Amino acid sequence: MSWEIHVDRARCAGSGLCLAQVPAVFDQSEDDGKVLLNTPAPEPALAAAVRTAAGRCPSGAITLHETGPDAGGV
Amino acid sequence: MPSSTDTAVPVHTRRDRFDPAGELRLMAGGEPVTRIDGGPQAGDVPVWLVTGYAEVRQVLGDHRRFSTRRRFGARTAPDGPRPDELVGQLLDYDPPEHTRLRQFLTPEFTLRRMRRLEPGITALVTEHLDAMERSGPPADLMAAYASPVPGAALCQFIGVPRDDRADFLRRCHAFLAAGRGRRRRAAAGELLSRYIAALVARRREDPDDGFLGMLARDHGDRITDAELRGVCVLLVLAGLDNVSGMLGLGTLLLLGHPGQLALMRDDPAAVDGAVDELLRYLTVPHAPTPRTALEDVEVGGRLIRAGEHVVCSLPMANRDGALLAEPDRFDITREPAAHVAFGHGVHHCLGATMARMELRIAFPALLRRFPGLRLAVPESEVPFRVHALAHGVDRLPVTW
Ligand code: HEM
Ligand code: SF4
Repeated sequence: MSWEIHVDRARCAGSGLCLAQVPAVFDQSEDDGKVLLNTPAPEPALAAAVRTAAGRCPSGAITLHETGPDAGGV
Repeated sequence: MPSSTDTAVPVHTRRDRFDPAGELRLMAGGEPVTRIDGGPQAGDVPVWLVTGYAEVRQVLGDHRRFSTRRRFGARTAPDGPRPDELVGQLLDYDPPEHTRLRQFLTPEFTLRRMRRLEPGITALVTEHLDAMERSGPPADLMAAYASPVPGAALCQFIGVPRDDRADFLRRCHAFLAAGRGRRRRAAAGELLSRYIAALVARRREDPDDGFLGMLARDHGDRITDAELRGVCVLLVLAGLDNVSGMLGLGTLLLLGHPGQLALMRDDPAAVDGAVDELLRYLTVPHAPTPRTALEDVEVGGRLIRAGEHVVCSLPMANRDGALLAEPDRFDITREPAAHVAFGHGVHHCLGATMARMELRIAFPALLRRFPGLRLAVPESEVPFRVHALAHGVDRLPVTW
């Protein structure tokens, strides 16, 4: 199943937690300290790590969405 | 000797050594939300204690309905002008005011900024270990290491000149030790504020690459002197006793778990997880800023009405079975849990990356330097902190 990551930069508290956990996927802007996405659709092997990062995000700024034919939000 | 289970101490700050106090657990009695006596400060306004993990996340994550503006025991009208001493103190701000101020600060706390700070922190950790080795054994680990290391790190971060550091830290500790007595606290706060105000003026003239200098350079025209001063006072309130509490209490805990101590000392891959488990298990801040409900909200099956106050117990939330299995077991090899030791939501600790870095460097460096580290007194004689914002020990006599 394919899936995609969304980050809500307005919500992001700039904790840096996500990029400390999954640097391949998340980055942090030098300008405002908020989250940046390196890729919205990383390789499936990273799914578990991204899910954990989303759960630990203190501002609920990271969400995962399925992009398959009959996709719903996760 | 006063103990942190004294009844004169507010219930949510009571501890039994490493654990939330038994009466706190009894009072919660499995209920995630209970009424407590808010003391004279609260007057007739009901105060709720939230101890459940999900409920604490709900309250801290909902800044629209739970405000941090100092309404609890406030002398000023809730929506009147902010008293001088709270200007710049981010924890007293709600969005959008909070968003405006915090956005200037977050870039100074990024992982990249912290990596630039790292060699300096490693150097000052080494410096303090050298001094400890020269003058001991024995030593009081708090005075020799756990307290001065976060102090020196904060000075380096803010950009306090070397020659001023001893004086600055004396003022910080006098302020932190002043306790709840309003007069003494105000006097100590004034002495600290005065130094910081002078430093702000100096960094406006001559910005260096520390926190204050960078802020003055990048946002100098958008942030006022009073805000800069208040932010620095907050860094002192938030960034010293929490870290020193972790280092002292964490070392004591590890000494009682020699297997886990050896793992943290010898396996660099174990350090990150160990720091997170120490943060969760010890949860040194008793509670975040009290919140006030702005409208009626149901939390954990109880109706909290507009205007009522809410105190969240972070240590209780981090020992909730809803967060992880066997919450009362200390195990540094666990999968890191989504704990709330740094809070949750928009006020999530701005210094979390810095605090983690300090702990990741300072614990293993200490354990490696003194492989024979042990207590110099019976464990029952170690004095735990009482009446402090963060849990910890007052002294930790060690030998090696
Ligand atoms: C182990 C060490 C630390 C712990 C456990 C800790 C814990 C916390 C907690 C629980 C909060 C949220 C309070 C609330 O919601 O009312 C917080 C906020 C904050 N912390 Fe930390 N902290 C630590 C270290 C630091 C350090 C080293 C700094 C800075 C140098 C720092 C700066 C701040 C600031 C500025 C805030 C307010 C953020 C805001 O209101 O947006 N903290 N901290
Ligand atoms: S974990 Fe959440 S709050 Fe922290 S930087 Fe990532 S998106 Fe932002």
